[in-house]
Amino acid sequence: MSLAGFEVEVQQTGSTGLETEEMTLNMGPQHPSTHGVLRFVVKADGEVMREAVPDVGYLHRSIEKISEKVGYHGFMPYTDRVDYVAAMFCNQGWGMVCEKLAGIEVPKRGEYCRVIAAEFNRISSHLLSVGTMVLDIGATTPFFHAFREREKINDLLEELCGARLTYNYMRIGGVAWDLPPGYAEKCLAFLDAFEPLIDEYDDLITYNTIYLGRVADVAAITGEEAINYNLVGPNLRASGIKYDVRRDEPYSVYSELEFDVPVGTGEQGTVGDCFDRYIVRMREMRESCRILRQCFKQMPGGPVIAKVPRKFKPPAGDAYIRVESARGDMGWYAVSDGSEFPYRCKVRTGSFAAMSIIDKVSRGLMLADLVAVIASLDIVAPEVDR
Amino acid sequence: MDAAAIHQRLKVRFEAGVGDCDLQAKDPFIMVEPAAIVDVSRFLHDDPELRFDCLSNQSGVDYKAKGVIEVVYHLFSYPQRHHIVLKVDAPRDHPEVPTVEGVWKAANWHEREIYDLLGVVFTGHSDLRRLLMPEDWIGHPLRKDFVEPEEYHGISTRRESLLR
Repeated sequence: MSLAGFEVEVQQTGSTGLETEEMTLNMGPQHPSTHGVLRFVVKADGEVMREAVPDVGYLHRSIEKISEKVGYHGFMPYTDRVDYVAAMFCNQGWGMVCEKLAGIEVPKRGEYCRVIAAEFNRISSHLLSVGTMVLDIGATTPFFHAFREREKINDLLEELCGARLTYNYMRIGGVAWDLPPGYAEKCLAFLDAFEPLIDEYDDLITYNTIYLGRVADVAAITGEEAINYNLVGPNLRASGIKYDVRRDEPYSVYSELEFDVPVGTGEQGTVGDCFDRYIVRMREMRESCRILRQCFKQMPGGPVIAKVPRKFKPPAGDAYIRVESARGDMGWYAVSDGSEFPYRCKVRTGSFAAMSIIDKVSRGLMLADLVAVIASLDIVAPEVDR
Repeated sequence: MDAAAIHQRLKVRFEAGVGDCDLQAKDPFIMVEPAAIVDVSRFLHDDPELRFDCLSNQSGVDYKAKGVIEVVYHLFSYPQRHHIVLKVDAPRDHPEVPTVEGVWKAANWHEREIYDLLGVVFTGHSDLRRLLMPEDWIGHPLRKDFVEPEEYHGISTRRESLLR
């Protein structure tokens, strides 16, 4: 080929004079930013993603099938594994759906124990979420600060139920154990120390220019889109929809507790961008602290668990309940045929919906933004696959 | 709006396409014919008084004794703050239900999961592939008569019980 001919060929390839080719890249199943095991097949044109198709199922442990074989009480420890970062909510969801099937009422103190455990779990889950989000984006230090506090919550929850991650604390009809002696003082001391630290995180990272450059205006999701894809929890609220199951359809004792529902306002860019999803979680931690303080103040005495037969046989029928988990409205659907074993159990989780929207929002973004998108949607892979 | 009023509206609009409503159930539900589900969904989504803009949950249940697979839709309306449950019965030996993906985007993955685990074919779905199980898996694990294959690509699925 002559030199003259080559020049002509280059000119034909496009206005920029460079030949570009679409690449298919594989991200995962083992990738540090995927928080578990999940895989994306990314079609990229240089640094720009044309599409990012999620391939899930690597963590499918057939938890719903297991429920049909182990009985109602026996399934409780398995629910921990649905979302091992926020296992209390899974415990609570399963407990609540069984109580709805059988018409059991949980004693007041039991409900307060549940809320205390759940709100501590929400803080620890949000700490993990924002800590790993900034780590994925490249800021190492805030991650260690977040995990330092998370360890203390793990210690508190360990004292409560003996486990640091897969708690198995709740039972159908209440909770397994009352709070240990002196627990309230320890928790309040932790809250006193923890609340000022949220300001420290803000100083460290929240308004850092480099960080804002990576998250502001990236992957904005409108409120309408968020509802159509059934985004829930912080992801939904970041898009400006003020909805929280705890406030709008109060379960447990949330109707007796006062708290605000933070929403995304687009303060650093567009409503529903990665920054809004991040800041909503930061603000929710403060609200959880508020809830916890009220719980310790107004907690009544009495039993923590209702009388529930060992051979638990709820009447035939089906029930659906919603719990505001750390990753948002978590739905539990259970069908009973009147026997000792659940006929069917289905868990609809927040990450499941968040995962399905990634393909849509990632189009046209830079490849490096995919990490910010996954982290800001707070996807926990086991929750998608169950 | 409560379940009885919603049922009444649907009954007037769709007549035979909409079946009975069970108001005694824990979550009142309305039976819908498979052929009518897309129109009913579209109506529930668009009607200004109903505005069911969110498909909270979609799941399938295999009722082997009745010979049907039931697809269950849990709907929620953010503007109106009300709920309703729709149920569609599909024959077990040939389960086919039209997709509601066009109404709620969330249905896309839910229907892939139900197809994967229960074998319901959602006609008109844009991407009906298995979601959780491997692509070459045989059978649908949440069916009541599912028998686990003895091996998968030469990997045994049997294991001695450690308790024995």
